[in-house]
Amino acid sequence: MRIYMDNGATTKVDERVVKTMIPYFEKEYGNASSLHDFGKAARKAVEDSRKLIAAKIGAVPEELIFTSGGTESDNMALIGAAAANKKKGNHVISTNFEHPAIMNTLKYLKTLGFEVTYLKVDAEGLISLEELRDSITEKTILVSIMHANNEAGTIQPIKEIGKITKDRGVLFHTDAVQSFTKIPINVNKFNIDLMSLSAHKIHGPKGVGALFIRKGIDINPLMFGGKHEFRHRPGTENVPGIVGFAKAVEISNESDVKRMTKIRDYMISEILKIPNSLLNGSRIKRNCNNINVAFKGIEGESILELLNEKGIAVSTGSACASKNLEPSHVLKALKLPDLYIQGAIRLTISRYTTMKEAEYVLKTLKSIVKRLTEMSPYG
Amino acid sequence: MDEYTKKVVNLFKNPKNMGEIENPDGVGVVGNPVCGDVMKITIKVKDDKITDIKFKTMGCVAAIATSSMITQMVKGKKINEALRISNKDVAKELGGLPKIKMHCSNLASDALKEAVKDYEKKKK
Ligand SMILES: Cc1ncc(COP(=O)(O)O)c(C=O)c1O
Ligand code: FES
Repeated sequence: MRIYMDNGATTKVDERVVKTMIPYFEKEYGNASSLHDFGKAARKAVEDSRKLIAAKIGAVPEELIFTSGGTESDNMALIGAAAANKKKGNHVISTNFEHPAIMNTLKYLKTLGFEVTYLKVDAEGLISLEELRDSITEKTILVSIMHANNEAGTIQPIKEIGKITKDRGVLFHTDAVQSFTKIPINVNKFNIDLMSLSAHKIHGPKGVGALFIRKGIDINPLMFGGKHEFRHRPGTENVPGIVGFAKAVEISNESDVKRMTKIRDYMISEILKIPNSLLNGSRIKRNCNNINVAFKGIEGESILELLNEKGIAVSTGSACASKNLEPSHVLKALKLPDLYIQGAIRLTISRYTTMKEAEYVLKTLKSIVKRLTEMSPYG
Repeated sequence: MDEYTKKVVNLFKNPKNMGEIENPDGVGVVGNPVCGDVMKITIKVKDDKITDIKFKTMGCVAAIATSSMITQMVKGKKINEALRISNKDVAKELGGLPKIKMHCSNLASDALKEAVKDYEKKKK
């Protein structure tokens, strides 16, 4: 048996997505910039995809730029907006809880002379709106706060953040890579100016993403070349990837979200019955596919390896499993109690996860935790 | 080397000498300053020989495998022989460890040293 519970890392490409993509490798392989019928077919596919994805977030098609994924979208949003607004100010606000695609881009911005304020999250993994309000100065040009966190699954109050940034006249970027198609987002209702999306977290292909750029907002490009993507992003369009991305969005639906939520809640309540366990991140303000738990006195890499032996794929932010032997910045930001931070694992489910799989994982996890606890000096 | 050898993984899954000796002659507990993990070794000594040894470890795959390996290597050995076994010897016996995991093997040899120290202190 092989059970995949690492959908926060990436997902299985849906069969329907693959089927939609194949003709754009084999038959309609034209360059979307070409003027002949091959090119026209590719162009139509790209523009139809753009329309579909834009509609999903309440944007107009011209506001959506295709990229190589969430990482590029995050980079383009931050670097592009900072560079374009340098004259207005040099202050950016974010959190200590973001994906590395944001964290490391902020580090880079600092080397360019930008100042960054990192809002802290509380034990639930949520920012304080008051702290945000207080952090905005006349030098602030951009606020970047993610929607759903990739590790802890917590959901930030995007709508309220958008109100504040709009009031104060600063740009608002959100990384919605993990929440897209799981939590409804409307860029107008939420006053979002820039938003990053990625296809491979929603059963689409890897290496495709998008950046929403509100009309009228000027951001500098990262790359230079042709006039593709409204001059924001040069390079021949990844037509099959874009078509697959759109298909993945099209087939996403509310009943999948409901089913995932049910399985998530069941798994959380069952895992919390294990002695000395706790949930990382808010129980309520939580992405429908995320279960992040910690166990006392045992170590995440060891849990992961024993689960892997049983065919179960999960992830961990523990120090021992990382390249720098430090727990992930997200776990650190959550301030887990001592002896718990080493024992955190993340299970992320998908539309394909069944209750039967959940039961098997729970049973296996319980016996593994018991075994490692017996092995631990704290057991 | 970046991945665990088969020997490491197998020993991690089926460690030997796991547990705690009741009324031990020596106890060693050490924490790993690098990643925060902990190992506890208990020993029984007779005529300067380690007659029994058990470990408890909160740690990664490498930490548990080296814990097991060191107990296997020193059981039945004279104390001075046992102390001569370095963390490199343990790693070698395991077919090597990923570079980043070499510090985990310190945990085991340090805990053993502490247990012997504790035994010698008690003996006095
Ligand atoms: C929140 C978040 N942002 C950005 C990314 C990066 O996306 P991509 O893998 O498409 O570059 C990820 C995925 O790892 C993510 O979870
Ligand atoms: S015990 Fe933490 S990395 Fe090995």
